[in-house]
Amino acid sequence: MTFVPHTDKDRAEMLSAIGVRSMDDLFADIPAELRVKALDMAEGVSEQEVYDRLHEMSRRNAHSLTSFLGGGFYDHVIPAAVDSLTSRGEFFTAYTPYQPEVSQGTLQAIFEYQSMICRLTGMEAANASMYDGGTALAEAVIMAVNVTGRDKVVISTGVNPIYRRMIRSYTANLGIRLVELSASPDGVLDRAVAVAALDGDTAALIVQNPDYFGSVDDFSDLAQAARDAGALLIASVYPISLGLLKRPGDMGADIVTGEGQSLGLPLSFGGPYLGFFAVRQALVRKMPGRIVGETVDRHGKRCFVLTLQAREQHIRREKATSNICTNGALCALRATVFMSLLGRQGLREMAQSCARKAAYAKRRLAQIKGLRVRNRAPVFNEFTIELPAEADGVVCKLIDNGFAAGFPLGRYYPELGNCLLVALTEKRSKAEIDSFAEALEVAL
Amino acid sequence: MKRYTKDHEWIRLEDGKAFVGISDYAQNSLGDITFVDLPKLGTAFKKGDSVCVIESVKAASDVYAPVGGVVESVNNALADAPEKINVSAETDGWICVLTNVEMSDLEDLMDEAAYADFVQKQG
Repeated sequence: MTFVPHTDKDRAEMLSAIGVRSMDDLFADIPAELRVKALDMAEGVSEQEVYDRLHEMSRRNAHSLTSFLGGGFYDHVIPAAVDSLTSRGEFFTAYTPYQPEVSQGTLQAIFEYQSMICRLTGMEAANASMYDGGTALAEAVIMAVNVTGRDKVVISTGVNPIYRRMIRSYTANLGIRLVELSASPDGVLDRAVAVAALDGDTAALIVQNPDYFGSVDDFSDLAQAARDAGALLIASVYPISLGLLKRPGDMGADIVTGEGQSLGLPLSFGGPYLGFFAVRQALVRKMPGRIVGETVDRHGKRCFVLTLQAREQHIRREKATSNICTNGALCALRATVFMSLLGRQGLREMAQSCARKAAYAKRRLAQIKGLRVRNRAPVFNEFTIELPAEADGVVCKLIDNGFAAGFPLGRYYPELGNCLLVALTEKRSKAEIDSFAEALEVAL
Repeated sequence: MKRYTKDHEWIRLEDGKAFVGISDYAQNSLGDITFVDLPKLGTAFKKGDSVCVIESVKAASDVYAPVGGVVESVNNALADAPEKINVSAETDGWICVLTNVEMSDLEDLMDEAAYADFVQKQG
């Protein structure tokens, strides 16, 4: 494809056609602090000079910190084969094919991905993927409202606060009433409060496992309570934890979503990530996104097609189940290769390693004077500690010692200003945990 | 008594109950029908409301209530065999039965002869 940049004249014509005066006006909805600032690049410099300048700028990022940072996005091992297989030319396109059945390899890869997500979550049908864990959860909210014809959605504040903000933006104009149930690091979601919130207007109850504070729960009773109220249970889950924890499908969840970044995608300062989305069979026609199905061609040979397309906007227009008609194919492929390489046993071992390291770190940090572990429920790889000082300041001090100490919860939970969310993965060694504990002790 | 709408639904009244479906002309235009999203029992519809969606290999189409009424039963056979609409759209392929029918809604619907004429003009 040729790359022809727009001329100033092109831009002026396009802006005047849509009735906008300037580029700044066009981007007025994007907060100023999020817009690209000037790269301060001189005109007419050589490729090598541009490369050197950008490289020098990138070195200012803190990418050599020993990370205990999680909060939904985790620093896991990525086998080298993930990069080499996904960078093959046959796969290396970011887009879902518009003549899909011509691309049998792409469709089969998506089909295998969907099958793996179903096995991982214990659900019956998965879509071809969505943008990230937050958009997947927002789509689940819209789906539940459409399925039930109800408008109230009950969500635990133990669900990732970023996802909750995304749900609010996504559904701002849809007339959905979002009711938050207050969760705390001390324990799991209060059952009496949750059940009391379920009424005849409730479309869904949304929970997360482990919750944002790290606590592990079994939502089987809440799935039943939701069913009794005619509502759906939506569970947002951390895929690596499913190597060890009870699957949401086995708890009776109706819709399962989650962030697939930990399945072979680098953190990359925030993306591109991967949203997975799975449902019970009975709900498959209400599911958003693309779905690949297996069938036979006219010679009776196994082949793959995009199926149940009548849900999608190119057929159902304004009544489509979603306005997303694409998927994160390359990110989903990374997850597929990652899960294939690990297998059932490998995933279990990775999950065990995370849990053991978290258990050790929890014991080690609890020895620090003035520090308290808040979680009384079991945890998987992440837990909340309360410090005798503002967590934000402590995190800043530890960056100078080479540690990303964790996520200061006060940023989203004002009442938890002294609390720090600490995550462990299989990548952290005992020595790293010990020196982190020592550095933390000194910082306090 | 049987009547048709301009949107190609039919309605047949028997003892105060109204069987509703889509016409043979409609099934022929839609092509192979793959799924019928049957309405929920007890739902009240006004004339012109979307009762359900029929999916075919070509399209997804709404079925509109020919008259106001309440869903008393649905043709559950269509859940496993939506192709019944292709085979016999105006008999075994009925979609639902409405009660509490708003009789005045029948007035501007077409009888069989008028509908045959209407379809002829559609080409």
